[in-house]
Amino acid sequence: MLKLDSKIPGGPLEQKWETHKFQMKLVNPANKRKYSVIVVGTGLAGASASASLAELGYEVKTFTIHDSPRRAHSIAAQGGINAAKNYTNDGDSVYRLFYDTIKGGDFRAREANVYRLAEVSNSIIDQCVAQGVPFARDYGGLLDNRSFGGSQVSRTFYARGQTGQQLLIGAYQAMMRQVGLGTIKLFNRREMLDLVTVDGAARGIITRNLVTGAIESHVADAVILATGGYGNVFFLSTNAKACNGTAVWKAYKKGAGFGNPCFTQIHPTCIPVSGHYQSKLTLMSESLRNDGRVWVPKKVGETRPPAEIPEEDRDYYLERVYPSFGNLAPRDVSSRQAKFACDAGRGVGQSKMAVYLDFKDAIKRLGKAKIEERYGNLFQMYEKITDENPYEVPMRIFPAVHYTMGGLWVDYNLMSTVPGLHVLGEANFSDHGANRLGASALMQGLADGYFVIPYTIGDYLVGNKLPKIDASHEAFRAAEAEAKARTQKLLSIKGSQTVDEMHMKLGKLMWDHVGMSRNEAGLKKALIEIPKLRDQFWQDIRIPGEGMELNQELEKAGRVADFLELGELMAHDALHRTESCGGHFREESQTEDNEAKRDDENFAYAGVWEYKGQGKAPELNKEQLVFERIHLATRSYK
Amino acid sequence: MSDKSINLTLKIWRQKNANEIGHFETHPVKDISTDMSFLEMFDLLNLHIIKAGGVPIAFDSDCREGICGMCSMTINGNPHGPDRETATCQLHMRRFSDGDTIVVEPFRAKAFPVLKDLCTDRSSLDRMIAAGGFVSVNTGSAQDGNALPVPKQDSDLAMDAAACIGCGACVAACKNASAMLFVSAKVSHLGLLPQGAVEKERRVLNMVAQMDKEKFGSCTNTGACEAACPKAIKMENIARMNRGFFSASLTRR
Ligand SMILES: Cc1cc2nc3c(=O)[nH]c(=O)nc-3n(C[C@H](O)[C@H](O)[C@H](O)COP(=O)(O)OP(=O)(O)OC[C@H]3O[C@@H](n4cnc5c(N)ncnc54)[C@H](O)[C@@H]3O)c2cc1C
Ligand code: SF4
Ligand code: FES
Repeated sequence: MLKLDSKIPGGPLEQKWETHKFQMKLVNPANKRKYSVIVVGTGLAGASASASLAELGYEVKTFTIHDSPRRAHSIAAQGGINAAKNYTNDGDSVYRLFYDTIKGGDFRAREANVYRLAEVSNSIIDQCVAQGVPFARDYGGLLDNRSFGGSQVSRTFYARGQTGQQLLIGAYQAMMRQVGLGTIKLFNRREMLDLVTVDGAARGIITRNLVTGAIESHVADAVILATGGYGNVFFLSTNAKACNGTAVWKAYKKGAGFGNPCFTQIHPTCIPVSGHYQSKLTLMSESLRNDGRVWVPKKVGETRPPAEIPEEDRDYYLERVYPSFGNLAPRDVSSRQAKFACDAGRGVGQSKMAVYLDFKDAIKRLGKAKIEERYGNLFQMYEKITDENPYEVPMRIFPAVHYTMGGLWVDYNLMSTVPGLHVLGEANFSDHGANRLGASALMQGLADGYFVIPYTIGDYLVGNKLPKIDASHEAFRAAEAEAKARTQKLLSIKGSQTVDEMHMKLGKLMWDHVGMSRNEAGLKKALIEIPKLRDQFWQDIRIPGEGMELNQELEKAGRVADFLELGELMAHDALHRTESCGGHFREESQTEDNEAKRDDENFAYAGVWEYKGQGKAPELNKEQLVFERIHLATRSYK
Repeated sequence: MSDKSINLTLKIWRQKNANEIGHFETHPVKDISTDMSFLEMFDLLNLHIIKAGGVPIAFDSDCREGICGMCSMTINGNPHGPDRETATCQLHMRRFSDGDTIVVEPFRAKAFPVLKDLCTDRSSLDRMIAAGGFVSVNTGSAQDGNALPVPKQDSDLAMDAAACIGCGACVAACKNASAMLFVSAKVSHLGLLPQGAVEKERRVLNMVAQMDKEKFGSCTNTGACEAACPKAIKMENIARMNRGFFSASLTRR
């Protein structure tokens, strides 16, 4: 059994974080440099944490797979970041942002964490502006806002269609400043292959130098994982190619509980799949739904081009089904409706697996120049990929895997069930419940890194007397030997299938059975097929080249081997949760009009899985969610 | 969508590691769908190489949508290929014709040593940022985001410069391997905003000093960088930076 103590502070919701900050132990400034912290990942979460901890005086070692920390996948976020500034005077508040996030997550997140997230959101914007993030401004020189799905106020700050890029550059520059000052030691092109625990506490990591192939040990007093999401288990997703689940998976196998692994988000607006060799899917930011209208033909088997389909033959189904949110209905809801339309034979394009996102009316209303200013780079990206001009013909879009709400379980201090192992950003399970609202991941990553971990890690470091160790410790020797053996094993198979071929097969299994809509028979099938595929992998994979060199097939193979285990855990979790909630849609649990039917009586908990050893079934632990402030309500966007 | 198939001949740079001498290797590729991206064509080629028992071609890429700056191929002499404002990963095969021969090399510059095949080490760009490409503000010490209005035009110009993806194509395109476009984009991005203007003199001096240390060449205003840049970073940034550098050098203490 895992000990799941959420460590939620007492007192009223609004005062929990303040009280907690006061009660936590402090590390005196002169002592901070005596503590070392490893940060894995340099996305928004990892870069902001590295910079902030180094500024405080800790000795920080930061790791990234990429050649430069600025390439982390956060760079690709387009739409924006939420904050409860209420600059638009439209009724926003910390409480409303909190409420929208909890409701958007279909009441499967922890109240106290989400409240804190909303509470620090405003400081994030201030910090980013001070760093020189060029957010969009109006003619008066003040910050501009737009709306995002699942909310009726304008609270999203943005930098053209490149918000993630600009926020990451801000955090990256803050971090590089510390690298220049010598307070952060940066290890690029390094992949974490294992977590090392000593006396039960996280004390370091094993990495592979991706240029030389060397397996190395790194020791510290605490370890922070900010390694992003595992959406690439589906092979095709909007995630960058290097996104992976290896770090969190290895931590899981060393005792960290895995929270809600089946909660994945399928984003409604992506460019549809076009060919067998397609390597990834491209997101079209949700912000487009501010001005674009989603529709399909009313008639099954419609063959006319979109321009020739008159208004009366079009079904603007989101506006029809959800009159109060319309095209801005939340992601899970919008994705499912697109699937229903295509399943009913009303899909568009060559594959019939797409719906239209049409800007005709917005261009008429606002003019092409305004649309270009708002979405120019997205339109350009669309045209490059599809060879179609979205100013003239409606975009074709279809849902795609985008984000994983699930991740390593953490307490209020962002610490996992392994003492000393902290998990930030998309890698943890914390704030988004069963569905994440748009523009909230960037907020969470930066909240975790800038404003939460700098406080909570001190409490851990002072509160625990850690023995002095170095890389010669037997735990490190053993973990290194294991990592080397696994590399050797992978290289020695010399089978016939490539890593990508195997990955595609896994992706198809996951999409068909653990994807947008799930049922018992499909999930049971996945639980039989995934282990079979895994056996095939370990018998038939072909990895050319050697271990002690730059070897990209070997890198990918290690990640896919882990996905082949993680995918199975996702299926277990999805099978056990017989309710529908947020992005997790169980066909057995729906209302008459096909909306997700939650079961609060039996499932108002986070499902936290515990590793029980090779070949053994994982064990389910539950963190019961206690709602002190809000009433569980049916989530309606009608 | 066009969806035709074409056949091509690829001449690709192979180099086992930083210490060995490289060479070109010829690979015919068949039935390439014109809807494929350039990198998907490489995926397919690598699949065939692996199946045939060979060692695949190492190349960098990640986001595959033109924003991370990881992809880096010089295609027929052009960093990121023939299209303007397009990163390698956004280049599609519909840009090529049946029967074409395409030469693919890594980004070449003294400051970007080749690691293997088409992968290079561009951490020199990071070290220039570490030398001064930031605003010195610690977490928690910021005032309200709207306390200081910023004229929309300045903010827009700063954003234009901040769009740089740090790919290094400008360096690879330059006959002197100068990093002026990259450095000037950062100097402009931060210097145009009041938050960054405070330390603009220190910034430009430190970044330029690091640039020299990293063995980037000097700028002779040929404009090859601007033509190669996937994000349309303008030469006017270089002019702005030169002015700033000049005045900072005069008043330096
Ligand atoms: C296309 C797209 C658009 C998006 N748009 C938005 C948006 O508009 N608004 C919003 O709020 N959210 C958006 N999101 C979601 C958001 O971008 C991500 O959830 C968030 O950026 C994740 O940040 P992170 O710091 O947790 O992880 P990442 O940015 O993914 O960083 C992970 C880091 O970990 C490193 N790493 C991973 N594994 C290892 C390992 N084993 N060893 C060493 N290093 C490792 C990587 O190198 C990288 O540095 C979008 C996501 C996508 C895919
Ligand atoms: S200036 Fe352009 S070419 Fe140079 S690094 Fe930036 S984006 Fe790349
Ligand atoms: S792969 Fe990211 S810019 Fe090309």
